[in-house]
Amino acid sequence: MISIRDVHKSYGTVEVLSGCSTEVKKGEVIVVCGPSGSGKSTLIKCVNGLEPIQSGEIVVDGISVAARRTNLPKLRARVGMVFQHFDLFPHLKVIDNLTLAQRKVLGRREEEARARAFSLLDRVGLREHAHKHPGELSGGQQQRVAIARSLALDPICMLFDEPTSALDPEMINEVLDVMVALARDGMTMIVVTHEMGFARRVAHRIVFMDRGKIVEDAPTADFFAAPKTDRARQFLSKILQH
Amino acid sequence: MYQLDWSSIPGALPFLWQGMKISLEITLVAIAAGIFWGTILALMRLSPVRALSLLATGYVSLFRSIPLVMVLLWFFLVVPTLLRDVLGLSHATDLRLASAMVGFALFEAAYYSEIMRAGIQSVSRGQAQAALALGMRPLQAMWLVVLPQAFRNMLPLLLTQAIILFQDTSLVYVSALADFFGAAYKVGDRDGRLVEMLLFAGAVYFVICSAASFAVRRFQRRLAA
Ligand SMILES: Nc1ncnc2c1ncn2[C@@H]1O[C@H](COP(=O)(O)OP(=O)(O)OP(=O)(O)O)[C@@H](O)[C@H]1O
Ligand SMILES: [Mg+2]
Repeated sequence: MISIRDVHKSYGTVEVLSGCSTEVKKGEVIVVCGPSGSGKSTLIKCVNGLEPIQSGEIVVDGISVAARRTNLPKLRARVGMVFQHFDLFPHLKVIDNLTLAQRKVLGRREEEARARAFSLLDRVGLREHAHKHPGELSGGQQQRVAIARSLALDPICMLFDEPTSALDPEMINEVLDVMVALARDGMTMIVVTHEMGFARRVAHRIVFMDRGKIVEDAPTADFFAAPKTDRARQFLSKILQH
Repeated sequence: MYQLDWSSIPGALPFLWQGMKISLEITLVAIAAGIFWGTILALMRLSPVRALSLLATGYVSLFRSIPLVMVLLWFFLVVPTLLRDVLGLSHATDLRLASAMVGFALFEAAYYSEIMRAGIQSVSRGQAQAALALGMRPLQAMWLVVLPQAFRNMLPLLLTQAIILFQDTSLVYVSALADFFGAAYKVGDRDGRLVEMLLFAGAVYFVICSAASFAVRRFQRRLAA
């Protein structure tokens, strides 16, 4: 479904991705982890073309992201993305956050968009908040709305960039629960996160990045049982301490 | 000692009101057109296309370094002739109001564009990114997500600029157009009561503008709350 082949990316003269390659099959859940600045966010932003790449190839559902003829907006509408800081639209009510792109990007009619929005709000347990503005919700609630906003476009896969790292600890689980349910339903997901409990429960594979390189790409059980590289071992022992 | 004599005011009120309507008309048209054109200038200025951004920068610095009165005068001298040629109007058609509106709109756009540029930059990058990630085209993301927030953040400044604009409309006197100030001046001149009429006009501007500023400040506090 997603294939990343020898991707190089630089900001100016600084190379932040140096030859990354991996494959994500339909229905697979991949957790990406690694130290700060290792290029995790950059990698997933390349997957939906939010960041251009200098060389290599990324193919999503048969479509080459970097090809000039690719209609990027159309592709992005099929790839959901959830950000660390939610980035809900503060000037719109929750319900309108969920219907805006359905109407303007997919061209759905208002009633159809609202019906889809309400069914997703049910799914994340926030129907009664439909007419509030995002600022009136807690962080955990906002992130669940953001997930619903992405799902409203019926994406073929979802990208998550540290979806719980801006949340107070007591709100992390309500968001992870939604993501676990999504994974169990068979959604193809790439999740950048340091929540190792989540990774153990649902990830099929772990991708460990360091300094712009994928240094380890292993089935979840293998990764946790015996990381192959020193860097991954150090990282794991540090992160599992707390 | 000079004796103030207010007796010419009551009879002149209908004429003054006609003048006030012209002042308000120019203000409203210049605000609407100025914000519209100013927003386009701001978008050009922030655009990655260098030619567009240079063009907009040039426009803004040009209009910000010429006195308004000269801009207006130039428009009174040039625009009517131009419009007559283009539209084939007769020389009798009074185009002073239209020229004033065009002149103010183009001048104010330079100021509004700076306000809108700051407004666009006040919206976090994550907003545009989230909109793009949902499949919006860049201009759609700008129009549906960034601009509404930019506009709301900048509303107090936009309104303050509108109050200044309202005062500046008095400069149309250079074309002998009877806006509120022009009308007051004409009446005072006719009746030999210039001092009274100018005091009266000044008081009216003061009351309107300070009431409007007060409203803007209250509104601003409510936004902040
Ligand atoms: N817009 C940008 N311009 C220049 N450099 C950038 C930009 N975005 C990221 N970088 C740099 O690229 C490198 C990788 O950044 P990235 O955000 O992908 O790391 P990350 O693994 O997501 O880190 P974190 O865990 O802190 O989120 C970092 O060195 C960062 O400073
Ligand atoms: Mg990151």
